[in-house]
Amino acid sequence: MDVTRLDFSQIHPLLLNGSVSCSRIVRDYLKNVNEGFPLNAFISILAEDAQIRAQKIDAKIRQKRAGKLAGLVVAVKDNILVKGIKTTCSSKMLADFVAPYNATVIDCLLKEDAILIGKTNMDEFAMGSSNENSFFGAVKNPIDHTKVPGGSSGGSAAAVASRQAMAALGSDTGGSIRQPAAFCGLVGLKPTYGSVSRYGLIAYASSFDQIGPIARSVEDCAKIFSVIAGHDSRDSTSSTHRYPAQFFSDIAPVSSLKIGVPKQFFSNDIEPDVKRNIESSVEKLRQKGAQIISVSLPHADYSVPAYYIIATAEASSNLARFDGVGYGFRSDEAKDIGNFYAKNRSQGFGEEVKRRILLGTFVLSRGYYERYYRKAQTIRSLIRRDFSAAFQKCDFLITPTSPTTAFPIAARSYDPLAMYLSDVFTVAANLTGLPALSIPCGQDRDGLPVGLQLMAPRFAEPFLFSVAKAVEKFCPSGEIENG
Amino acid sequence: MAEREKKYRVTIGLEAHAQLNTKSKLFCSCPTKFGAPPNTQTCPVCLGLPGALPVLNKKAVESAIKLGLAMKCRIAKESIFARKNYFYPDLPKGYQITQFDRPICESGFLEIKSNGKKKKISIGRIHLEEDAGKSIHNEPFVPSEATLIDLNRCGIPLLEIVTEPELRSPDEAVDFVQRLQQMLRFLQISNANLEQGSLRCDANISVNTANARELSAKTEIKNLNSLKALARALVHEIERQKKLIFSGKVLNSATVLWDDKNQTTRTMRSKETAHDYRYFSEPDLLPLKISADLIKKIESQMPELPSAKIARFLQEYQLTEADAEILTLTPPRADLFEWITKQIGDASLASKWMIQEFLRYENNLFSQKKRTWEIDIAELLTLVKNQKLSWRAAKEIFSEMVVAKKSPHEIMKQKQLFQLSDEAKLEEIIRRIIDENQEALAQYRAGKKPLFHYFVGQIMQKTGGRADPKMANKILRAILDSM
Repeated sequence: MDVTRLDFSQIHPLLLNGSVSCSRIVRDYLKNVNEGFPLNAFISILAEDAQIRAQKIDAKIRQKRAGKLAGLVVAVKDNILVKGIKTTCSSKMLADFVAPYNATVIDCLLKEDAILIGKTNMDEFAMGSSNENSFFGAVKNPIDHTKVPGGSSGGSAAAVASRQAMAALGSDTGGSIRQPAAFCGLVGLKPTYGSVSRYGLIAYASSFDQIGPIARSVEDCAKIFSVIAGHDSRDSTSSTHRYPAQFFSDIAPVSSLKIGVPKQFFSNDIEPDVKRNIESSVEKLRQKGAQIISVSLPHADYSVPAYYIIATAEASSNLARFDGVGYGFRSDEAKDIGNFYAKNRSQGFGEEVKRRILLGTFVLSRGYYERYYRKAQTIRSLIRRDFSAAFQKCDFLITPTSPTTAFPIAARSYDPLAMYLSDVFTVAANLTGLPALSIPCGQDRDGLPVGLQLMAPRFAEPFLFSVAKAVEKFCPSGEIENG
Repeated sequence: MAEREKKYRVTIGLEAHAQLNTKSKLFCSCPTKFGAPPNTQTCPVCLGLPGALPVLNKKAVESAIKLGLAMKCRIAKESIFARKNYFYPDLPKGYQITQFDRPICESGFLEIKSNGKKKKISIGRIHLEEDAGKSIHNEPFVPSEATLIDLNRCGIPLLEIVTEPELRSPDEAVDFVQRLQQMLRFLQISNANLEQGSLRCDANISVNTANARELSAKTEIKNLNSLKALARALVHEIERQKKLIFSGKVLNSATVLWDDKNQTTRTMRSKETAHDYRYFSEPDLLPLKISADLIKKIESQMPELPSAKIARFLQEYQLTEADAEILTLTPPRADLFEWITKQIGDASLASKWMIQEFLRYENNLFSQKKRTWEIDIAELLTLVKNQKLSWRAAKEIFSEMVVAKKSPHEIMKQKQLFQLSDEAKLEEIIRRIIDENQEALAQYRAGKKPLFHYFVGQIMQKTGGRADPKMANKILRAILDSM
């Protein structure tokens, strides 16, 4: 039995009845990690820690005191702090930074006996849609090594898809969980803003960032989410909403659903294979009795520009702390204080990060604030209003996750604008704070997975999971050979 | 007013930063003790470590509301925090969290005295912000090329109080700061100590010809760490600007530092090259909502404010306005006066004692940990009231009390300072004195009446000042008249 082929939900009963041990699972995953080296999915591998922890958890299982996630082998994006472990954000700036404390989500996972197997590669400071902007090199898509895994949580998605981890945590600022999940054939959730604590997540854009799970099944995704969601007094934007204890007690029967299809999201340049798969999924839902409603999101076209203005503005400020004074990269060439900042930052940050810092500094500067930042905020509220209106008519929305499937490595790296447009369907959820989930719904002619995005009102994650389960049933994701 | 003075109009605005005496910092739970070893009062939040998030201190908000209510400000139902972005080595996040276009309090006033008349100075705004750290250089223990950084002060809560430019002279500015200090201390929200930096003050000053329609350029003076420095710096700057106007030169707006040692200003930077702070609302904090209930609660707990206390003292204790002002300058002083009055049942004696004798020892006494001297003073004044001690003797005992920390009774016994009010004994002493001064007696009887005082002097000398003056006078006159 290759235990790494089983989902957490499948393996958990086996663990509890003693047919398999955590140690065995960890050993098998570590073997995949060693073999998966060419994908470049990991920055740090916690082999020893994971093995020691597995033994302890095996003991706890025998004593019947194991937590809810006992045996879950999880990879963590390298912008989430794990105490005593390097947390690099895939940047030269933080290449040697060892986290002095745990992110809240890490505490949540450890409390329920999950096992951390490593920190995953990513686009530097979570800025990118292809995982090519990493100080530690690009990550390869496990399904086709000439393709990108998607970004910025590409390392997390590649690790899960290639069975180097059972599941992973990513962070999603403009689609960074959903798009790589779609490119790698996985389930990825961008939770409602405020439902998962951001404490210990190295911020890219505070009002958009949200940590979420990437897994091979909807149920695994939901289990992880139920553990990491909840109020955290250390994060002021953390919500006090309480999710029902049992996420699947009320699976909505498909026949009762009203599905909104936003027409704006289908008029863009979508690859025919993507469009075909989405439409076929919608049709399958319709056949099962769901009602399909065309809805309009009139300001959707402005999502990408509004997102890039606000997100880069926040990023320019959030990244100001990386100045080489207290920690991080420090150039030895500086001559005076101004030069000190300039050298540390120009040598410590990569090109894409610098591009976004400059863009953000520009849109906030005097004289341009009104023309760009203020307008983008106005658009943000108009888009929020569009979505509220849409949810008056339907229960949830269906869109493609990305207009394309995984594209070739280096295809867009010299065209930032084309790269930014990869996020056209995903950024709206971050602008509005709404939960959104990407689930595989078929393949293109080259066998690359197509992702379907479901969006719902705030805190409707349980509902998203139950709909996704229905999609999962008629669209089983293809098996991937270990990369 | 001199003819030369009439030709100019002075306009001064103040920006004061009061350090709040909360137990913990503005956005984390680190302690705020003064003088702790460098970098010992820090955590991920105030160090600006990656992933750390601010959580607002409720006590600091209540302090801001208290001051706002005391200054009759409008308290914002919803105010927001903003980021003020700039690079400086002692600013770990690269931005300071402050309030910008929606501060917590707006449009109030503080009453000052100008040439004996009351005058209202408008308060533009009061807002909350965090302090930055401290850079240490030019100290003997710091290598000449190095700068050391102490981040203990990072995140200490400050209230910034901004006046409208309505102050017309250095005297008014000094009176304003004193009254602000008094208010902060009455509300018990800040120690408001200029020398220790718990109250910091910047002054904006502009001198114009009396008939000018618009304000000319202004100078912002920083580094004013005492009331004397404030007064001197303003006088210096007024003279400098007058000279410029007189010689027809143009004043440029500038920020200057006051050098109290050399009694001069030195230019910091010109306004033209000032930072563009790129303010925008802090995405890590939700808008601060202040409920009517909270305001009501704080209102009900407001201590008696200086003006109300003065009014009550005038009415209740029949004091002069000048005395009432002195006695209400600080809450401990006012409390002590009231306590003593209650103990001895004589407000006029208590007030006379406080103003003439107590104030010179006030700082010494109030700083003592054990406050037994309060009871001693009451005891001492009771003796004075019951004519057991002369004022002069009481004064002597009091000065001894402060130094030796003994009770008045001990000192009195030791020094034989009981007032002589035994009529028979006094008469005996007086008769002896007259016997010994036959020549003076003869002259007195011959009509040289002022010699009466010579006898009084002799009595006081013989009794070591202990003779009850009224009784001694009465007996002396009776004896002399009978001769």
